[in-house]
Amino acid sequence: MSRPSADAEVVLETRGLVKHFPITRGIVFKTKVGAVRAVDGIDLQLRRGETLGVVGESGCGKSTLAKLLVGLEKPTAGSINVRGQDMPRLSGAALRRARRNIQMVMQDPYTSLNPRMTVGDIIGEPFDIHPEVAPRGERKRRVQELLDLVGLNPEHINRYPHQFSGGQRQRIGIARALALRPEIIVCDEPVSALDVSIQAQVINLLESLQDELGLSYIFIAHDLSVVRHIADRVAVMYLGKIVEIGTEDQIYDSPTHPYTQALLSAVPVPDPTLRGQRDQIVLEGDVPSPANPPSGCRFRTRCWKAQEICAEQEPALTAREKSAHPSACHFAEERNVVHAVE
Amino acid sequence: MSNVESVTQAETPAAATAPNGGDGGAEKPRSLASDAWRDLRRNWIFWVAAVLVVLVVVMAAFPGLFTSADPSFCQLSRQHAGPSGSAIFGYDFQGCDVYARTIYGARNSVAIGLLATLMSGAISLVIGMAAGYFGGWVDALLARGIDIVLGIPTLLAAIVLARRLSDSEDSGFLPVVLTLGVLTWTTGARIMRSSVIAAKSQDYVAAARMLGAGHARLMFRHILPNAAAPFVVVLTILLGANIATEATLTFLGVGLRGDEISWGIDISQASQFVREAPAPLVWPALFLAATVLAFIMLGDAIRDAFDPRLR
Amino acid sequence: MTDIKAEIDVLPGLDSSARLLEVEDLRVEFRTPAGVARAINGVNLHLDPGETLAILGESGCGKSVTAQAIMGILDSPPGFITGGAIRYRGVDLLKLPEEQRRKVRANHIAMIFQDALSALNPVFSVGFQLGELFRVHRGMSRQDAKRRAIELLDMVKIPAARQRINDYPHQFSGGMRQRVMIAMALALDPKVLIADEPTTALDVTVQAQIMNLLAELQRERNMGLILITHDMGVVADVADRISVMYAGKVVEEAPVLDIYARPAHPYTKALLESIPRLDLKGQKLNVIKGLPPNLTRIPAGCPFNPRCAYTRDVCRADPPPPQYDVAPGRTARCHFWTEVAGNEPAVS
Repeated sequence: MSRPSADAEVVLETRGLVKHFPITRGIVFKTKVGAVRAVDGIDLQLRRGETLGVVGESGCGKSTLAKLLVGLEKPTAGSINVRGQDMPRLSGAALRRARRNIQMVMQDPYTSLNPRMTVGDIIGEPFDIHPEVAPRGERKRRVQELLDLVGLNPEHINRYPHQFSGGQRQRIGIARALALRPEIIVCDEPVSALDVSIQAQVINLLESLQDELGLSYIFIAHDLSVVRHIADRVAVMYLGKIVEIGTEDQIYDSPTHPYTQALLSAVPVPDPTLRGQRDQIVLEGDVPSPANPPSGCRFRTRCWKAQEICAEQEPALTAREKSAHPSACHFAEERNVVHAVE
Repeated sequence: MSNVESVTQAETPAAATAPNGGDGGAEKPRSLASDAWRDLRRNWIFWVAAVLVVLVVVMAAFPGLFTSADPSFCQLSRQHAGPSGSAIFGYDFQGCDVYARTIYGARNSVAIGLLATLMSGAISLVIGMAAGYFGGWVDALLARGIDIVLGIPTLLAAIVLARRLSDSEDSGFLPVVLTLGVLTWTTGARIMRSSVIAAKSQDYVAAARMLGAGHARLMFRHILPNAAAPFVVVLTILLGANIATEATLTFLGVGLRGDEISWGIDISQASQFVREAPAPLVWPALFLAATVLAFIMLGDAIRDAFDPRLR
Repeated sequence: MTDIKAEIDVLPGLDSSARLLEVEDLRVEFRTPAGVARAINGVNLHLDPGETLAILGESGCGKSVTAQAIMGILDSPPGFITGGAIRYRGVDLLKLPEEQRRKVRANHIAMIFQDALSALNPVFSVGFQLGELFRVHRGMSRQDAKRRAIELLDMVKIPAARQRINDYPHQFSGGMRQRVMIAMALALDPKVLIADEPTTALDVTVQAQIMNLLAELQRERNMGLILITHDMGVVADVADRISVMYAGKVVEEAPVLDIYARPAHPYTKALLESIPRLDLKGQKLNVIKGLPPNLTRIPAGCPFNPRCAYTRDVCRADPPPPQYDVAPGRTARCHFWTEVAGNEPAVS
């Protein structure tokens, strides 16, 4: 797979993207008692043909980010710029048209397909909603082309989702996402619900579709091995913020943020000869509540490097003296945790 | 199964290439309804209930098939006479043929049950759907409304309402239907509301929203078909309950009146003479109980068959 | 802990020189309306004290059913054990009356599950549920039971155990709940612990904490551990031996280093080649075509034959491949294991 060049056109850009969910009391007369800061100031860029991996643990805000990008949630603040248009500010016909450009593949292939619709209706639904994309007479042919494209039998157009296996359902979900010929696809944990032997099939399909159609992916996952395999660049999230972002090599081979290092070191590698050979960092405690994040650096409560400055001053996500790529840590420094150490 | 599939087609199951291939998790094409039918077919409760329901409906539509006697031909001379000839259940206080009256009584019971259930079904569908789909203050408002109606003692309200609605001249048919329709929709609305809320949060609804689908498409294409099953079942149970309530209202003298023939009227009249002649009371009561039970059992069986969690 | 000894003495025929746990030719089927699903078709396993055996496989391979059969918690009906033996220190558990089986379950073999939240009772405090074990099985007083419960929470490294003893399961985070479940499982000092996907629902940093805790407790108690998982990474980190299951059979069994270095069954080999690795870049993923078989219709011959790259006519016909001895302590159910493992003898 050829790596997209750094000067390829930017297809998606977010600035200061924020989503706070209010915590309320009462049913009829609601009073706001706080807010869950699910996504708290995200800036990122996606270039044509590129895959940006977003990793983090549960509660870090990566799924909310996905929902913001595809318009399932309205941001509290910030912009999402797709082809020069600020998505959250669009409405009506303009929004509908803009949605065609960015689609999503969802995590659970069992709940993401309507059980009472045939596969043909599911994949054809985008054409019902956007009739200008395909004239009525052409739709069946288009649906069959899509089925073929994702490696399913075009004759299965009249079957129901429950007649397919998990991996095949995920292919149906991918076909639906491709129907409107989007430039960007947000993949939210697209393989985590699948069996090990099926994951590779779907990953390979996503890769070959990218090459064939020039797609850009935002690939959200908790499985760092899968992300390394598919992503060109990787963003690491913790409590609603990106703590480190860089190319796949930078993040995996020379991580500089302590959280990234802890995360990577915790991932088991399927090679028993490396047992005890890798630098293992075991974090203490749990992730703090996003409703009440720590002051300054949000990772400081679990960080072994934390100093006074970490509580007082929030570290910016920038390149630093000892970090060639942006890292949000006052004491950013490389540490190899993925490979065996002597 | 051939070994020449390309990488991307690797997962296509045996069913795709060899319908009867013994390998791989290939299932025969089945829809949800056919799954449910498969379950129902071996359920004896379903069969008993279905046969009874069909019998009652036929009785209501074509009473002439079951008896050639005229239910309104009564002779006081035959008062409380025992079974004779075609009158296999004997005669009542007025000297009418109990068997014929019981057969003809099915029509009013079933008609009132159906119409009242249709009406309360429509109300609960609209209210439950709106509360569940829109949520927020719409839900808060409608949910309190449901609570208020639920708080009214149904029978008491029905007595008052049925009496207010009817003037002394009419048969009481329409007032009973309206009374039942207006008072019995709460359960259906609650069930509809909760299944709409459950269906609304499914990923496939989010997927359709992401494509830009409007409210109508989301509601009628994605949510309603997936939320309807428990609702339909509640309606069948409600149908049984409505038939029973109609009989109760009629028995209390605020339902059907005058020359109408119904199980409720017969039970009401016969109850005064139950010591001397139990038959005119027992037979219509038995038919009523069997009909109500049949509808409730049918609803139960269908619910079990359509509930995937019970598989 | 003399009272524990008293419990063990109740189990007749217990022979401390016999193997800790031995499963021999176990067979389980599920009788469903859709047909008879043959979930386990002759599984052999063994486990020694202090050893970690990993049972590796995909969903539906029979790994969890094996664990349920060993524990005696198989739902029956529809599940039926149709053959084989499960021997704990020489006692065949399948022949024990239910009452004694229950004693084995509490005192000798314990299990932890993937979903700690549903395995704990939501309406009782954690301290009560832990204490109940001591009150019922050890006849301890309320006071002593509570003291032991606090010790247990300390043992699984729950901070401020004394304060948290009265908390309810939902008040703990996922990782902490898993610790509570481990504490409950180890309360009566079992000799065998079965962990069914213990970290699948957890984040990686928490997974590392839990796996470290399990390893430490196992070392301290010289306990046999059966780890059921689909994660080849976790297995590489903790297992001593691996049994790979497919369609209700152990298709390959080997020490951990050997199996990763040179798998002898095509399924194991294909699995290893299909998972992306954190430490490798630009790696090509190999795809296993097709799906695992429907257990009501397992193909004739080798169950893996429709998906296998080595398949020849002999693989498609019964009898299925026998258990070939690949090396001492190593077996594989493949006619062509020499070809799969490479030309040199498959020992490290």
